[in-house]
Amino acid sequence: MTINSIYILNKAGTLIYQNDFGNTEKLSHNSYIRLGSTFHSLHAIASNLSPVSGSSSGIEVIETEAFKLQCFQTHTGIKFYVIADPNHQQLEELLHGVYELYTDYVLKNPFYEIEMQIRCDLFDYKLLRLLGVRE
Amino acid sequence: MSKKYDKLGNDVFNKVEKINSELFTLTYGALVTQLIKDYEDIEQVNIKLEQMGYNIGIRLIEEFLAKSGIGRCSDFIETAEVIAKVGFKMFLGINAHVGDWDADRKEFHLTIEDNPLIDFVELPEQYKHKLYYSNILCGVIRGALEMVQMKVKCTFVKCTLSDDTTSEIKVVLEEVLSDMIPVGYD
Repeated sequence: MTINSIYILNKAGTLIYQNDFGNTEKLSHNSYIRLGSTFHSLHAIASNLSPVSGSSSGIEVIETEAFKLQCFQTHTGIKFYVIADPNHQQLEELLHGVYELYTDYVLKNPFYEIEMQIRCDLFDYKLLRLLGVRE
Repeated sequence: MSKKYDKLGNDVFNKVEKINSELFTLTYGALVTQLIKDYEDIEQVNIKLEQMGYNIGIRLIEEFLAKSGIGRCSDFIETAEVIAKVGFKMFLGINAHVGDWDADRKEFHLTIEDNPLIDFVELPEQYKHKLYYSNILCGVIRGALEMVQMKVKCTFVKCTLSDDTTSEIKVVLEEVLSDMIPVGYD
């Protein structure tokens, strides 16, 4: 089952990582950034629109006929989201796996500046391995 | 509540990768002595250690959350238990105890047993009650909690290296940064 793209947004909603897999159509660099911030805003709006009292988790899944988007927000406010085949069942586990890779191979790299763009080859490599195992 | 976290702490500890503790202890020792040489002023060394800890804490919290799978704590009492039973166990392999709560439940003391950082350390007389050798731990706690929207102040109140009977860190909750809590957070 195909995974199309993975996005990571920092606390402020800025895109810090994006990667496409398989034969996903490429967009321009700016489009990815725009998509990221749009999702961040929609997520914030959605969580405020909850019809029941108390706070809502915001957007967790978007399902369409062509794709499925699954989002995971950490306690610190980082958002991980993946776009995949609509029939994919294990996206939640996948995102948790990505989170663990992020803590190991991004945050433990002393030269990675927190909140900034992720440019870590080891992370890319491990991410591919993670996806490879699951596909 | 405490029992539950004891178990979780052990489970996570068994899962994470281990390193030789002597390498860790010696590296930290080299770091502290180098800081003393560089700064000469012991107060500066304490501050630097705390800042280094802070920088570690703001990164470490993510690993802590990812690998322990812990949810948001309902109150500061729970936070204290989680730090003591899960946090210290996971990263240092040791147990810490929470005690001495104040009336408002905003201040507690964390007693650390078998701190691996001080395994071979004998503090020279002139540094006793001045140098907080493990002050990096205070910074780690402060950094980690800040990332989950709690502003705290941590200080060493007792240290076995300065001939006290126990090692204790005082943690004071100054403020919950509620406007920093991510929207849509359940």
